[in-house]
Amino acid sequence: MNNKPLRTIYTIPYTAWIILFVIAPIALIVYYSFFDLAGNLTLDNYKSFFSSVYLKLTISSFWYAFLITLFSLLFAYPTAYFLTKTKHKHLWLLLIIIPSWINLLLKTYAFIGIFGLYGPVNAFLEVMGISKQQMLFTDFSFVFVSVYIFIPFMILPIFNALDKLNPALIDASRDLGANAWTTFRRVIWPLTLNGVKSGIQVVFIPALSLFMITRLIAGNKVITLGTAIEQQFLVTQNWGMGSTIAVFLILFMFIIMVITNGKERGTTLNGKTK
Amino acid sequence: MEKLSKLPKLYLAVVFVILYAPIFYLIFYSFNSGGGMSNFESFTLEHYAAVFEDTRLLVILINTIVVALLSALISTAIGVLGAIAILFMRNKAMRNAVLSLNNILIVSPDVIIGASFLILFTMIGVKLGFASVLISHIAFSIPIVVIMVLPKLQEMSPTLVDAALDLGASKRDVLTRVIIPFIKPGILAGFFLALTYSLDDFAVTFFVTGNGFSTLSVEIYSMARAGITLTINALSGLIFLVTVVLVIGYYAISRKTKSPLAGVRK
Repeated sequence: MNNKPLRTIYTIPYTAWIILFVIAPIALIVYYSFFDLAGNLTLDNYKSFFSSVYLKLTISSFWYAFLITLFSLLFAYPTAYFLTKTKHKHLWLLLIIIPSWINLLLKTYAFIGIFGLYGPVNAFLEVMGISKQQMLFTDFSFVFVSVYIFIPFMILPIFNALDKLNPALIDASRDLGANAWTTFRRVIWPLTLNGVKSGIQVVFIPALSLFMITRLIAGNKVITLGTAIEQQFLVTQNWGMGSTIAVFLILFMFIIMVITNGKERGTTLNGKTK
Repeated sequence: MEKLSKLPKLYLAVVFVILYAPIFYLIFYSFNSGGGMSNFESFTLEHYAAVFEDTRLLVILINTIVVALLSALISTAIGVLGAIAILFMRNKAMRNAVLSLNNILIVSPDVIIGASFLILFTMIGVKLGFASVLISHIAFSIPIVVIMVLPKLQEMSPTLVDAALDLGASKRDVLTRVIIPFIKPGILAGFFLALTYSLDDFAVTFFVTGNGFSTLSVEIYSMARAGITLTINALSGLIFLVTVVLVIGYYAISRKTKSPLAGVRK
């Protein structure tokens, strides 16, 4: 075949990239997880990961990620639903997405002011007759800011799923005597489940690994897996332990992806009806 | 279609207010002559002046832009070639494997990308600084470009390439005269996304940047950790402005480049 050399030229840079920046980094993380601070080959890091300190950390990290995902979903689903009903829905969607393009750190920084002792939220509380609350460096502020950051990413896939939904199915359900709630539960929700799943995927995994929001907003009270990795790599310089936590985070990531990928039930159906 | 009643409208309005409030809150206080984000004393532009007088900050800004432009350019080039390589793969299992590898960097948490790249650079002896930041940005932008370009390539009918070959076009002609013009919207979208990814990245850069080199996100992080300075507010005002301009520009470009052929399918 005379096009062989040309094909190699296409393939080389991309293949080199995959080997160097996808496969090698993961392999290196796994490799480093077997070394202790002194550079000895050991399984100690794995042992300490299963100690109570790290298990607690993992559980609390999952708990926060769960809360963040849950609240994002609770706020995002109605938003996406109402958006699909607006007149210029794509324009409104764009307006929802624009804040997500502003640098994450700036938005987080804004909340230092908003939740501060002299910030607007506390001023409002005072007017309402409630005394000033220390809101920064609490679980509440951490979850609130994270939900704020992630909401557009949850809205987008749900909006797409709802947008693809054939309205005839809803009409049919209503004609057959289902009330609004039954229609939602039996028709709309199952058909948009894939959107919800990808929304959960894009929120839950990053929520497990946030570290800048925990540092800026939650003080050092909330520690996630991400914070722990950053700590081990950049503060303690214990790359071995950091890599071990990273190995588990990668593992969790794969598990979550398998759960949330599921079968493409709604899309094939939509493909037919469209 | 049922009309939106009052309650949903109110709900949407509240969501919009909450999403934009922090941004406008930042911008509002960037004009405050007082030192903090609580009491608005009087209008001033001194914080904007401070941004432009701070040479260190300007150097960081230029660094950020240079890294973004270079990484977007290089990752677009590699990503387009990669997408073409994937398209020409005959073996389906192989193609799926490559696609999964491609997507790993998209779904991986930033901390893991940052940490693993840090190990990699230390192992192969890349000095932390401009080079390591640039290489990382190229590395995490490539899969995005592939994802944006591949659907356009798949849309392209293979007979188009065959026709060009029959008419005597060389392989190079096929690439530059047929394939690239056809997938141009995908390339532009990929380039643009790579640019925004690079401008926005904090976590990966934070890991692989040395002491001497910094980008805007990293700088904002260290400033914010030190406390409230209205210079950051002024900076965010400027960034918001640039973002809005970029969004408008992107939509203008993506509208203009919609070739009639590409327009058929969406």
